[in-house]
Amino acid sequence: MAEIIIKNVAKSFGSFKALHSIDLTIADQEFMVLLGASGCGKTTLLRIVAGLETPTQGEVWIGGRRVDHLPPRERGIAMVFQNYAVFPHLTVFENIAFGLRMKKLPQQEIDRRVTRTAELMHIEQLLKRYSGQLSGGQRQRVAVARALAMEPDVILMDEPLSNLDALLRLEMRAELKGVLAESKTTTIYVTHDQVEAMSLADRISVMNQGRIVQAATPVEVYRNPAARFVGSFIGNPPMNFIPATREGEGRWNVAGITVAGPDAGRDRLEFAIRPEDVEVAPGGLKATARVVEPLGAHTLVTTEVNGAMFRAVLDSDIRVSPGDELSLVPKPDRVRWFDPETTAAV
Amino acid sequence: MSPRFLPYALLLPATLFLLVFFLYPFVQIAVLAFSGPEGFTLQHVQTMTSHWKFGTALTNTIVLAAIVVPIQLVMALSMASIVTKLKTGRSAILYIFTIPLGLSDLAAGIIWLAIFEQSGFLNSVLYGLGIIEQPILFLGYQNIWVIFLAVIIAEVWRATAIVMVILVSGMGLIPREYYEAAEVFGASPWKRFVKITLPMLRPSLQSALILRTLAAFEVFAVVVALGGTTLPVLMGETFQWQFALQDRNVASAYALVILAISIASTLFFLRVLRVPKEARI
Amino acid sequence: MTDAVITDVPRSVSDARAAGRFLLIASTVLLCVWVLVPIYLLIVNTLSSPAEVTGFPKTGIPSFDFGSVQFFISFAGVARALWNSVLVAVLTMVLSIGLGAPAGYALSRFDFPGKEVFRMLVVMTRAFPLPLLALPLAVMFIRVGLDDTALGLALVHTVLAIPFAVLITFSLFSGIPIELEEAAWTLGCNRWQAFRKVVLPLVLPGIAASAVFAFTISWNEVFAAAVMTIENRTLTAFLIQSLNVSPLHLKFAGGAALVIPALIFIFAVRKYLFAMWGIANR
Repeated sequence: MAEIIIKNVAKSFGSFKALHSIDLTIADQEFMVLLGASGCGKTTLLRIVAGLETPTQGEVWIGGRRVDHLPPRERGIAMVFQNYAVFPHLTVFENIAFGLRMKKLPQQEIDRRVTRTAELMHIEQLLKRYSGQLSGGQRQRVAVARALAMEPDVILMDEPLSNLDALLRLEMRAELKGVLAESKTTTIYVTHDQVEAMSLADRISVMNQGRIVQAATPVEVYRNPAARFVGSFIGNPPMNFIPATREGEGRWNVAGITVAGPDAGRDRLEFAIRPEDVEVAPGGLKATARVVEPLGAHTLVTTEVNGAMFRAVLDSDIRVSPGDELSLVPKPDRVRWFDPETTAAV
Repeated sequence: MSPRFLPYALLLPATLFLLVFFLYPFVQIAVLAFSGPEGFTLQHVQTMTSHWKFGTALTNTIVLAAIVVPIQLVMALSMASIVTKLKTGRSAILYIFTIPLGLSDLAAGIIWLAIFEQSGFLNSVLYGLGIIEQPILFLGYQNIWVIFLAVIIAEVWRATAIVMVILVSGMGLIPREYYEAAEVFGASPWKRFVKITLPMLRPSLQSALILRTLAAFEVFAVVVALGGTTLPVLMGETFQWQFALQDRNVASAYALVILAISIASTLFFLRVLRVPKEARI
Repeated sequence: MTDAVITDVPRSVSDARAAGRFLLIASTVLLCVWVLVPIYLLIVNTLSSPAEVTGFPKTGIPSFDFGSVQFFISFAGVARALWNSVLVAVLTMVLSIGLGAPAGYALSRFDFPGKEVFRMLVVMTRAFPLPLLALPLAVMFIRVGLDDTALGLALVHTVLAIPFAVLITFSLFSGIPIELEEAAWTLGCNRWQAFRKVVLPLVLPGIAASAVFAFTISWNEVFAAAVMTIENRTLTAFLIQSLNVSPLHLKFAGGAALVIPALIFIFAVRKYLFAMWGIANR
């Protein structure tokens, strides 16, 4: 059982508060992704779980044991670093075997585990090479194999794919997903790439400025963002936001058209809709097309609605030219509302 | 061990060592120079300054440094420029140029002794070219200025490499784009050198000049090898008083003089070659 | 219609280039000669018989007569002096690395109050004429019985070598990403094990080079050695104290004994030489 409980963890570096009171529970064998831009605190949180940083306050529990004052080697974790940290003076075999030798496992067991994980990561033919002779992608596989060979309860990964080129990243993502699912470990994976997060995660924790803004499944985070930040961070192209003023009970004026919305006792809200959730039909938002990008599978049209930018993803069959006037109707069940002051979802 | 104390534990041995064998002795030099049987005294300083060799030693040392350092600077700049322009064989040439770095100043003195002494190679060459009939006594006490010259040549030979190394690594830090931009704007190679290389080398120049000048004030073994006691210099006099004359206090007074001119020149270079932080690379 | 003939501009540029290249090569050769010939001449003298050394005119060609060398080695006190030089240099090497490397590691890995003060202390040592330390230390050592001993002189030489040791090891350790140590910590190592198994193998060549560097500094040092050793003289002390009275061939053979090991050492660490002198000045 390797459930991870992060209770009220905060971290300050001098006067800079990197993390504000984080509470998070990760179930056994769950794949949790910490997603956010640089500086949001996701790597700091990961390192606190790993034991490479001590929290300024709070507790960390792994598998029912309190670990926040234990060194990394006593926590039952294994880690894959962003720059792989493959030891340059050892062969691939010895790299993978490193942790196993530290555990003083018998040579037979070491051989078995190294060969197995090397095969898993498709590097069995590289076992005698040194890291200087390997490509970035190969080094990354060694780093993963090294972590897997430990057969840990928890695997921590710090942006392992961010230094690979786009094509390799795609391949490795799929491979990692398969390998990690089989390994039955609890995984915490840090990334700034939301596509990676969406594709790999059981749950995503979206982080911003040292806080977790929303922790939910990928679909949930996508469809029902808990805050404006999540809506604008997830999705490519991101959500559109239009200020709305109250017209009546449950009726809101959004850039000239009336849309049904919540009843809450305020006068202003933010209307949000994803670019792919609008249709070209009469009675919608008046949009003037400015830039048209035919992307093959669909067409991305950047328009102007009420003087502000509004993006729409339309079917590739629809013909649009810059300067055209379009009427974009938002799909009612996909409309989202946010409080302009608190930025929370309404 | 708690990670908070670890750095201090690691630093402790070196710090203690330096306190005992560096800071404390320097304080002691001052103490030795000014202490007599009845406490504070200027007697040793007086003994030092009234000795007939003092003035000469002071002048010699300063003049020597004043001549040697600029020559070395110019030579080192040329050597550094050459090395940075070389492509093939650069590391071999660099190694050759830096050989004198690894030699003792005593060895350098002896090497040039082989050239300048009466039966040495300079005389042999001159004789072989028919310029002279008899070997000239270069290093005799009658021609102090010749000994002076020999010391200058030996010092330039020996210690230019240090300046060169500092300058080469400083030059390596200057991004090529600056030169290329200057070239595009019409600057000739000389102009580029004066307007880009030299100004950007200021921190390295400062480093190199301070180090080299300090070392120049310490000149000792080269002078002894080439001129014995004929050419007095401050370090040599310090040695004489300590060892031959067994007067540790006066030796310490001399040491203070060397220290004083060292500090003065360091401050001078720090001031003159100061680069405001914003103007750095 | 006339065909445009484009032959004028490139020629003057390539002429200038050729002249520049000639100048470059000529000055390089000149400077190499300037550096190497004097050393060669010393070797010539060393490999000539005593009579040839004092003879005139010199031919510049060694006669490979080992008379001078034999005279030197069998001269009273020389063998002892050589041994003392080696002893002091080895002690210096061990002390400076032993004290300097931990400090270099601490400076590269940790941020702590007092870090800048320590760095200042180390840099300050370069700004002072260190050989002068021999004066008060000679007095101090008499009181503790360290005067005229190899250890005593080694302590002075260590003061000379420590700043290099600290700054070089600092730069060496800084070049090892801390991620490597962190990875080792997650794989079951404590701090010391991670250092020993991951960092040490990677910095060993550099540390060896700075050890050789410390050895050379001690081997070459003259002033302190001359002041502090009487019975147990090192080679440099011996030579300088006997300069007035020693015959020429002794001087030159002694010079060669100083030079040749230094040449070998510097050759051995030439890869790091540059980095050591370059970075040691930051």
